[in-house]
Amino acid sequence: MADLSTNFVGIKSPNPFWLASAPPTDKEYNVRRAFEAGWGGVVWKTLGLDPHVVNVNGPRYGVIYGADRRVLGINNIELITDRPLETNLSEIKAVKRDYPDRAMVVSLMVPCEEWAWKEILPKVEETGADGIELNFGCPHGMSERGMGAAVGQVPEYIEMVTRWCKANTRMPVLVKLTPNITDVRYPARAAHAGGADGVSLINTISSITSVNLDTMSPEPSIDGKGSHGGYCGAAVKPIALNMVAEIARDAEMQGFPISGIGGITTWRDAAEFLSLGAGSVQVCTAAMVYGFGIIKELNAGLSEWMDEKGYTSIEEVTGRAVPNVTDWQYLNLNYVTKARIDQDACIKCGRCYAACEDTSHQAIAMKPGRVFEVIDEECVACNLCVDVCPVEDCITMEELQPGMMDLRTGKVVEADYANWTTHPNNPSAKAAE
Amino acid sequence: MTTTPRTSGVQAGRLPPEALAENFQDLHSPLDHHEATVAADRCYFCYDAPCITACPTAIDIPLFIRQIQSGQPDGAAKTIFEQNILGGMCARVCPTETLCEEACVREAAEGKPVEIGRLQRFATDGLMSSGVHPFARADATGKRVAVVGAGPAGLACAHRLAMHGHDVVIFDGRAKPGGLNEYGIASYKSVDDFAQSEVEWLMQIGGITLRSGEGLGAELSLSGLRSEFDAVFLGIGLSGVNALRADGEDRENVSDAVEFIEGLRQTGDLSSLPVGRSVVVIGGGMTAVDAAVQSKLLGADEVTIAYRRGRENMSASRYEQDLATSKGVRLMFNVQPVAVYGNGAVREIEFEYTENTGSGLTGTGETFKLAADQVFKAIGQTLEGAPEGMTLDGNKIAITGAGRTSLVGVWAGGDCAAGGDDLTVTAVAEGRDAAMDIHASLMG
Repeated sequence: MADLSTNFVGIKSPNPFWLASAPPTDKEYNVRRAFEAGWGGVVWKTLGLDPHVVNVNGPRYGVIYGADRRVLGINNIELITDRPLETNLSEIKAVKRDYPDRAMVVSLMVPCEEWAWKEILPKVEETGADGIELNFGCPHGMSERGMGAAVGQVPEYIEMVTRWCKANTRMPVLVKLTPNITDVRYPARAAHAGGADGVSLINTISSITSVNLDTMSPEPSIDGKGSHGGYCGAAVKPIALNMVAEIARDAEMQGFPISGIGGITTWRDAAEFLSLGAGSVQVCTAAMVYGFGIIKELNAGLSEWMDEKGYTSIEEVTGRAVPNVTDWQYLNLNYVTKARIDQDACIKCGRCYAACEDTSHQAIAMKPGRVFEVIDEECVACNLCVDVCPVEDCITMEELQPGMMDLRTGKVVEADYANWTTHPNNPSAKAAE
Repeated sequence: MTTTPRTSGVQAGRLPPEALAENFQDLHSPLDHHEATVAADRCYFCYDAPCITACPTAIDIPLFIRQIQSGQPDGAAKTIFEQNILGGMCARVCPTETLCEEACVREAAEGKPVEIGRLQRFATDGLMSSGVHPFARADATGKRVAVVGAGPAGLACAHRLAMHGHDVVIFDGRAKPGGLNEYGIASYKSVDDFAQSEVEWLMQIGGITLRSGEGLGAELSLSGLRSEFDAVFLGIGLSGVNALRADGEDRENVSDAVEFIEGLRQTGDLSSLPVGRSVVVIGGGMTAVDAAVQSKLLGADEVTIAYRRGRENMSASRYEQDLATSKGVRLMFNVQPVAVYGNGAVREIEFEYTENTGSGLTGTGETFKLAADQVFKAIGQTLEGAPEGMTLDGNKIAITGAGRTSLVGVWAGGDCAAGGDDLTVTAVAEGRDAAMDIHASLMG
């Protein structure tokens, strides 16, 4: 059976699943329940200096639903812990003492001044916590006060604060990154340069989930007004995966540890984050929707899949897909596919036809009896028909083998790899000649 | 001694009132808001959707389901009513399993179609219960049209004509409007006096006068109507009942299923309705199923549907057949009645087995007897009292195009007109289309 234990930046945990810094890790009661359920670690909800912040006394969450009120995404306007620092520290100490095998990372957010960090770090160290995570990601409330994402959006600040922390604690330092930037590699490189032990990402995405069309207030509505919140949950996973991969494949940050966060709901999501370079993963929204019990599925599913594939440790999975993430310009233009419709599996809904006819390349013919057939002369292999087909594997993309004719271009498929960098239509390629 | 299902003879009150009330509840409970949203989410919004083609009134089903899904059930209702003003009743009585839901691609995919009928009911019930009528009359044209028969065809025709500004008078020989919606459908498919409230809601369009108790051939003559009105629409249904042609069919407690169903619909007290201990229903259509199931629900001990052909020929759908068997009704196929025995009242009925030889249905000569203290005939209805001078097609009024009869200025639709299935929804489509043709001819 696969070994799920991890040693991530020197922090050991029995499995790679940590609960992210958020309401589920706000206090001792919740964290004990999480550890009893089997979570490998937690990042304790962000601590700040006293006097502690306050939260709104109205709703803190907005939601996006899929079919049957399935939660696809949540946004929140909750701030960092609204309890006294000492309360949190004593609880952290008590929990860590009782669960020495679990990862106990403490999220921190204090003003951008060295004295503040010097003041809080020894107190955290004293709890016996395994590491700290610098909250440079929170996009709401705290950023207005010059903290959270306000720091995370300025690489120079990230590097400076990271350096202060490394200088003032023996604990491993993780820097939590905000996705509310243009290119995540810059803040990541700053953390790297500042000596961080690793990065965790993504924090939540600035968002308004919905507008109440009766009151004209954004949701969640506080006395008729709303404020942007941080979006998370399954809906943000594709954005998070890309950002994780961008860091994992960056030449300047080779091997820089990443704790993957963003919409992880099932073991499969976790495996994808690991494959794109994460050494541990953090979960929040799925636990908030389904409770801590999902850890059983996460652990069992990941273990089962690793056994099937013959992976014995998490390290073997980490980064396995990274070599296959490339720039568009290096994609093989001689890889030619065509959509194929399995007539036996087709239920004749015509969604592929509508999608192709109205919004793509008119490459599907609708024949009498609602028979839908691909017109190879028109099919650009965009895959939209596959995506909209409600029947799994009814439409598939078939690779044309070298020597076969692509009826759309009238050219014979070549065996050799060829990409944009050498394509005759590329002005740069011509200039290089 | 109290009356029970096993008490012999034809008796009222076989079941306690609470059991009767429960038995005659809505066959399908209405969807609530969340159920409707979940059900609506299953629709694939098919291109050129097969369900639309399968609907005789061609309701834009994917559109109305999307309107439910996006939170506007009243908009969905309007989409339905634009094509089918009796969409509320059709949502209850349509054999959706052989129409839209049979065509649904999810039926092909997984044997579970989108619940189109129940979604239609969700949308239409919502708008109708709010009392809103979603259509307004056009300016008055000054044209007057007589509609004979206040059943589905006549009501649909009248509404569409009124919408276009014509003045309509609906005549109906019965005390209440609605036709088979009021008198001919199983009680558990139309609870809470829905047929009457539907007519009242429909009449809100204005410009329609209802004259009940005036039937063709009795109080009215077609020639009189033709001279008084600019056009006439006949939606007179099939009021005659076919005979059994078996010896002894005039015995007591041998009656027409349609009368029994009518009695059930009109009663205010189910425990006052007599039903036999052993009931035999002869026929293979929806009327046979409705009569048999309701006999069982009234407390009959044994109920049998006897049909002279095989299951595959039964015009009641498989769904209706299964409904009957789930209520404890026995289905017998390839049996035809040859004689009804009894001393005054029926006591037993003799059947002969049949087989389908290449040249048609023939008796095998082998017979058997079934105990029966009540027999219902549900072997089809026929046109009665077709006006003189009108060309017939078989036993029905011959029509061309959108319901034009052989007489100038006279249209016909619904069960009395040739062509189309004898369904509520088909009648609505024919009434609506005839109205459009009348409108075009009056205004042309």
